[in-house]
Amino acid sequence: MCDCKTEKGVNLDLLNPVLDKYQEQGGLINILQETQDIFGYLPKFAMEYIASKSNNKLATIYGVATFYTQFRLNPIGKHLIMQCQGTACHVNGSKDVSRAIQDELGISPGETTEDMLFTLEDVACLGCCSLAPVIMIDDDTYGNLSPKEAVKIVREYRKRGDQDEN
Amino acid sequence: MKIRVGLGSCGIAAGGNKVLSLLSEMNENKEIDVEVEVTGCIGMCFYEPIVDVISDDSTTTYGFVDEEMMKRIVSEHINGGLIVKEAVIYTNTKRDNYELAQTKIVLRNCGIINPERIEDYLEVSGYVAFEKALSMEQTKLTEEIKESGLRGRGGAGFPTWYKWEAARKQAGNEKYVVCNADEGDPGAFMDRSILEGDPHSLLEGMMICGYAIGAKEGIIYVRAEYPLAIKRLELAIREAKEKGYLGENILASGFDFEIRIKKGAGAFVCGEETALIESLEGKRGMPRLKPPFPAEVGYWNKPTNINNVETFANVPWIMNNGAKTYSSIGLGKSTGTKVFALSGKIKNGGLVEIPMGMTLREIIFDIGGGIKEDKEFKAVQLGGPSGGCIPKELLDTPVTYEHISETGAIMGSGGMVVMDVGTCMVDVAKFFLDFTCKESCGKCVYCRVGTKRMLEILEKISSGNGVMSDLDELEELAVNVRDGSLCGLGQSAPNPVITGLKYFKDEYIAHIRDKTCEAKVCTELLNYKINDNCTGCTLCARNCPTECIEGQRKEKHIIDQSKCIKCGNCFNVCNFDAVDVY
Repeated sequence: MCDCKTEKGVNLDLLNPVLDKYQEQGGLINILQETQDIFGYLPKFAMEYIASKSNNKLATIYGVATFYTQFRLNPIGKHLIMQCQGTACHVNGSKDVSRAIQDELGISPGETTEDMLFTLEDVACLGCCSLAPVIMIDDDTYGNLSPKEAVKIVREYRKRGDQDEN
Repeated sequence: MKIRVGLGSCGIAAGGNKVLSLLSEMNENKEIDVEVEVTGCIGMCFYEPIVDVISDDSTTTYGFVDEEMMKRIVSEHINGGLIVKEAVIYTNTKRDNYELAQTKIVLRNCGIINPERIEDYLEVSGYVAFEKALSMEQTKLTEEIKESGLRGRGGAGFPTWYKWEAARKQAGNEKYVVCNADEGDPGAFMDRSILEGDPHSLLEGMMICGYAIGAKEGIIYVRAEYPLAIKRLELAIREAKEKGYLGENILASGFDFEIRIKKGAGAFVCGEETALIESLEGKRGMPRLKPPFPAEVGYWNKPTNINNVETFANVPWIMNNGAKTYSSIGLGKSTGTKVFALSGKIKNGGLVEIPMGMTLREIIFDIGGGIKEDKEFKAVQLGGPSGGCIPKELLDTPVTYEHISETGAIMGSGGMVVMDVGTCMVDVAKFFLDFTCKESCGKCVYCRVGTKRMLEILEKISSGNGVMSDLDELEELAVNVRDGSLCGLGQSAPNPVITGLKYFKDEYIAHIRDKTCEAKVCTELLNYKINDNCTGCTLCARNCPTECIEGQRKEKHIIDQSKCIKCGNCFNVCNFDAVDVY
């Protein structure tokens, strides 16, 4: 993930190899996926650049980018917290876990904390239903959570984040 | 001596990787000298991490193996020759009921072979079925599938041979085989386990289909949320190419076939086949009008056959064991087996593969071990957002496409979520409607707006503002949404509400007339009161967002009901069971 927090920091040259790779018809989703791999999200300038260099209208690109849940139009925090909203998690109390995390961070799903440390997202099933309720922070999965445990885990990440900065 | 570590997504989530690195470290330090292998999910997710210790004459399977337990197994079993009894799930001579009650066709190799080595797959008769198919006439192949009775495992249960035959009959040789691995049903992870645990059986099924319909290219449309599955599929495709099972003039038969992966970007509607094709073409995944069916006009307007992962994984087994053997399993028009992801309030959650015709009771109580904490069973949800809740009176329903449809639910892709008395049926219907409402692509008005209106009515009911006429309105809307939508998503979106009103109408009425939620889930209908257990620790008062709890330190506190917003914080934080909910 890159550090660029403003659109001005976007290095559009990075997109050229991606655009070369998917010149064939029908490659728009691949282009957007790899663009997001580069920048961590889909910056407006990047979408405009793709429109100017490929056969896709900006409206088409925006339409695809907003249709699929994978694509983000805003930069994300250092840690991405994904709260599973699958059926098994729901009946095992994911709502309480989610509320506890939201209270702790002071943000709602889809938002990022002001210090850019956490982004909170609701996701469809993570596929670990036997461990419900489950959250995933970056690449690590935490299961069988209670609201208290979830808050404890989030606090540990925050503590680590503070230590990194000092 | 060999050690096998289960590393499906569930195994990794439970800490399987830590066990693996511990073993590699021990091997490096020469503390042990054993072969360490990884495998996919064996289905017993509730026991993860799972480790097998295999010697020449025995296999011992251990459950809940954390690093400490692994160290014990190494010192006592590997080095000392004594089995660590309390951690054993089963051995090759003493099987577990969870295993015994199942019939494994699709999951035959999951949790047994190393999915990252084609040699392992070849050892268990891998690609034998494909070689056999290449020597057969195309029409004979579809006949074989017809005789087996195989039906689409994605949910609708459409006869597989019919789709194959329709695609085969189309002129030209530019045709496509597409595998739908966009498992979007919340609460289902069967396909993920097959992709992670036995990717070659899927590839082989696709190859056989490709030959049968005359296609040159196969595409697997897989969820981006399944990174491990994608990694293992990529590796499997590479290995199959190296061994000559993919490419040009395969095994000197004159048949050319390639398979590639397309990562989905997260949209439930892309599980619908025409929406999936739109997405493959790089567009918004909005369904097309049918007919023409994809078998005639599909990917880039060419004939395309789309099947689900589980359907394809059945094909090699049918070819190897014969259509008759396959059709002898099952009940009536539902032949073979079905894989279910058992989850929710169940003791033994995980993957189960059962012969069609087994009853729900057998699956939930005999295999699944019953309800967590031995609470009372209330309902089982089948088919996810397109399905419905089946009540306890119908627990003896056999699992076949026909019997399940009769209840108002659908077989679905295999999510089976068990609910106990602590689950509110209005809340469950709300949960699914919220899901379909968000996932509606917006093309059809009834699906886009109708699901939203239904959701609003349910929200009204669960917040205590419902009136009896809401139920009639819900029923009317349900019929209209079903009839006024183009694709399966909209047509089936009202199912959770329809089955809810059919089997649990009393609960809806209690929410509306008595303003009570028996399951104590709908928070706005609950009342909180502090009882005599209160020690006056002030924790609840400090956590109350509206400051409506009063009381002196070390004295019993009181909730001011007029200010209480029923958030439940006091109940959640109390350490002395001093908050009653009623």
